[in-house]
Amino acid sequence: MENGVFSYLPLMAVLVSAVAVVFIILFSSRPNLREAVTLTAAAGKLAVVFSMLPGVMKGQYPAVNLFSLSPGIQLALKVDEAGLIFALLASLLWLVTSFYSIGYMRGSGEKRQTRFFASFAVCLSATIGIAFSANLLTFYLFYEILTVATYPLVTHKGTPEALRAGRKYLAYLITGGVILLAAIAYTYQVAGTLDFRPGGFIPETAGPAQLAVLFSLFLIGFGFKSAIMPLHSWLPSAMVAPTPVSALLHAVAVVKAGVFGLVRATGFVLGPETLAQFGLAGIMSVAAAVTIVVASLLAFRQDNLKARLAYSTIGHLSYIVLGISLFSAAGWTGGLMHIFNHGVMKITLFFCAGAIYVTAHLQNISQLDGIGRRMPWTMGAFTIAAVGLAGVPPAAGFISKWHLVSGTFENQQFVLAAVLLLSGLFNAGYFFPIVYRAFFKPPAQSLHTGEASRLMLVPILVAAGLSLLLGIYPDGLVQLYQLAESAAQQVIGGIW
Amino acid sequence: MTHNIPILIPISLIFFAFFTGVLGVMRLRYSQLVAVFASALAFSLAVWGTVHVLTSGALSYSFGSWPPPIGIEFVMDPLSAFMLLVITGTGFILLLFPTKPGFKIEEKRGVPLYAIVLLLMGGLCGIALAGDLFNLYVFLEITSLSTYALVSIGSGRAVMSSFRYLIMASIGGTFYLLGVGFIYFATGTLNMADVINLLPAVYSSPAVIGGAVFIVTGICLKMALFPLHTWLPDAHSYAPPVVAAFLAAVQIEVSAYIIIRMLLNVFTPEFMVGLLPLTDIIGWAAAGGVIIGSVMAIAQTDFKRMLAYSTVGQIAYVGLGIGLANPLGITGALLHIMAHALMKSCLFLIAGGVAQQTGITDINGYRGLGRRMPWTMAAFTVSALAMIGIPPTAGFFSKWYLLLGSLDGGNWVFLAVILASTLLNGVYFFRLIEKVFAPADPADASARNPGELPRSMLVPVLVFAGLILAVGAASVLIVDNLLSPAVQGL
Repeated sequence: MENGVFSYLPLMAVLVSAVAVVFIILFSSRPNLREAVTLTAAAGKLAVVFSMLPGVMKGQYPAVNLFSLSPGIQLALKVDEAGLIFALLASLLWLVTSFYSIGYMRGSGEKRQTRFFASFAVCLSATIGIAFSANLLTFYLFYEILTVATYPLVTHKGTPEALRAGRKYLAYLITGGVILLAAIAYTYQVAGTLDFRPGGFIPETAGPAQLAVLFSLFLIGFGFKSAIMPLHSWLPSAMVAPTPVSALLHAVAVVKAGVFGLVRATGFVLGPETLAQFGLAGIMSVAAAVTIVVASLLAFRQDNLKARLAYSTIGHLSYIVLGISLFSAAGWTGGLMHIFNHGVMKITLFFCAGAIYVTAHLQNISQLDGIGRRMPWTMGAFTIAAVGLAGVPPAAGFISKWHLVSGTFENQQFVLAAVLLLSGLFNAGYFFPIVYRAFFKPPAQSLHTGEASRLMLVPILVAAGLSLLLGIYPDGLVQLYQLAESAAQQVIGGIW
Repeated sequence: MTHNIPILIPISLIFFAFFTGVLGVMRLRYSQLVAVFASALAFSLAVWGTVHVLTSGALSYSFGSWPPPIGIEFVMDPLSAFMLLVITGTGFILLLFPTKPGFKIEEKRGVPLYAIVLLLMGGLCGIALAGDLFNLYVFLEITSLSTYALVSIGSGRAVMSSFRYLIMASIGGTFYLLGVGFIYFATGTLNMADVINLLPAVYSSPAVIGGAVFIVTGICLKMALFPLHTWLPDAHSYAPPVVAAFLAAVQIEVSAYIIIRMLLNVFTPEFMVGLLPLTDIIGWAAAGGVIIGSVMAIAQTDFKRMLAYSTVGQIAYVGLGIGLANPLGITGALLHIMAHALMKSCLFLIAGGVAQQTGITDINGYRGLGRRMPWTMAAFTVSALAMIGIPPTAGFFSKWYLLLGSLDGGNWVFLAVILASTLLNGVYFFRLIEKVFAPADPADASARNPGELPRSMLVPVLVFAGLILAVGAASVLIVDNLLSPAVQGL
């Protein structure tokens, strides 16, 4: 294992929440204790993940091999820069979301909360597993666990609508998983190994036809979870889930797992050189560009706040896909940073939507007139995140977008640059009217509501604060900028 | 002592079958205890033998000390050891489950149940150990006869389906015997190790070709390989739960073992792959079976019947691996035999347990059971995920080897079939998972007896669920030690 330093930390990071599941179920009749378990596990996970940061920055990757999954393929974990970015994002936001979900679930009187918190913890284990996987088979294992563990969360309400959404969710994601499995098996057949390596490990003997098949299988397989159009329609349906699920899983963990899969497949399996050689990356750019534009246009048409956020998520995921497909250091840096930045900002928006739903029982944008006067803090946070997603400084979105745009210029892809800039306008177009409505329109007579409960409000403000902090000082907190840059350089090294 | 293990396993099972029957007349409970003891004994012997095979090579036992090829020989090599572990291990856990013959049937009809199950198990072990073609037939007939009896114990149209199975299995058995006769004419021997040496000289003789075709067709009938599967759904859905589990999980899988044994140790791969396209035919028939079995399973509303059709699809997975006839394919097929034994047992026991506890047999009745039977339904979820092939369950790893085998053989159609079947399995199992964990219908919640399965039923179910996960984690151990040596000849 290159650069690997033996350490049980990655394993601990994965297992913390899996162990917590046992206690969550055990304490199902004592809600306070049960939620304490969730919070402890979230804090513990964040601490473990965070503790690996200094080592990774020095290029010493904590790694552990557990046992064989198949002859020559181990269940192996290894923490590199790209994986750490994803893991930091997931574990940081899990802690924030845990507080928020307690407020949300209790505030809206949801049933079956034990199942909710237990499934949530399983999802987080799987997410960290995905981030730290050292080879494709390990990756696939966690990837499928994530698909299955999210299902009870999507169908949480048990209503016919939720069950329908669950069915759609599985139909899409299991199909994606199956195609991905074909890609992995074929990779093994072609390369004889599945261990990730920066710059890819497909031997040069592989012909263009083989590469094209592999690339398409990976792109379609991961395309389902990354909601690349036309494989996206499960995501808006999944918004029927409780808001913390939409926030953490459908803006951060699940969809980012798909995007992260594309990072691994293109940068660490196929390799930018091979892809550039056969011009395959162009397909990815086009798919991403189309998704960005169409998703933004569709977002305009949504009156349901969560649905609009969902379409916005689809668009922003394709920002990342677009960045990856550029195969330039700037594009990759921007893409990897946007994984983190978009996560932080989008979760803020979802938190706000959930707080409005629980506090004022409103779901539609047309009903939000004057809500900003009743819930100034919530809508203030909403504004910061919306500004950030539109790419306006000083919020976090600006920096990642700057890199993405400069990546397109480096490659002389002016159309893609135009798409990104246009998308910024679209974002402003579909977010700012909400802000305008909330603050400048008079509230309806019937709107007698106060600020959200503190358990929800504090996470909202923390998330909004993070969006600002990351925008002003991207190396603060988690040294995001350095991590992204160093990961990008390793992958792109060959071309650069 | 160790060299006697091959004979001790079937003999002890058949010996105790007698006592079990006698005790059953006195009290059913006693006969279950003895049956559990006998299967535990057989399982320990199988483990002991396996350890010996792994450390110091294959075991051979010659009846009456007549050396083979003249005498009759029992051989315990890695492949036999693997099958013995599956048969006796699954059988032991299954017998722990207290079963009723069926609904609205007097207890008396259950009297011979345990005795016949032991007899069946002994026959299956005999098949796995037989070193010559004719003794394999003898044990094959023992298993068939006991299966007729077992199926007819069940409820509903059990007797009719038993009769149907009797006709089909007799044809299968006769075909096999005819084939063996032809091989004997051509080579003058029945010992497998001898046949494989003598056959190459007479490969082109019509007798050998005819013999091979008869043998493979006969066994495919017993294996219920599409399109010869029509007897299976009835026989498996009316049998008592333990019996249905045993038939689906072990009995038909042993037929698959016979074909693999024929491929590896009787006819050489060159003959079955190269000279006659036998494995190709099996493979393509299986590809059809995988799809048809899954589609038919989707169309069922009775849970046991759905499982029976799913068996048609799953045994075809094994056929697919045989059809590939490369090391990865056969490894996948064998691993799937073990995985399927565990998951189908677990599912049939759950079907039986739920039916005995609440009377629910229809999948629509499963709505909301997740709240009332959390442990049972957790085990159900594990085995359902394994049937679909979601990692890290055992079902995923067998599928993984089959996928690699398809790619190795350059067969993209098989690859597509396996992946399509994953989706089809997903349809009929997630349909159930959705119902199980959806909120119960408030209208009929009071009508049924709620509550978890009694512990005597729950323990075997949970053990199977645990094993599904354990075999998934330990798949490489099994492959490296038992399966790789077995498929070396390819």
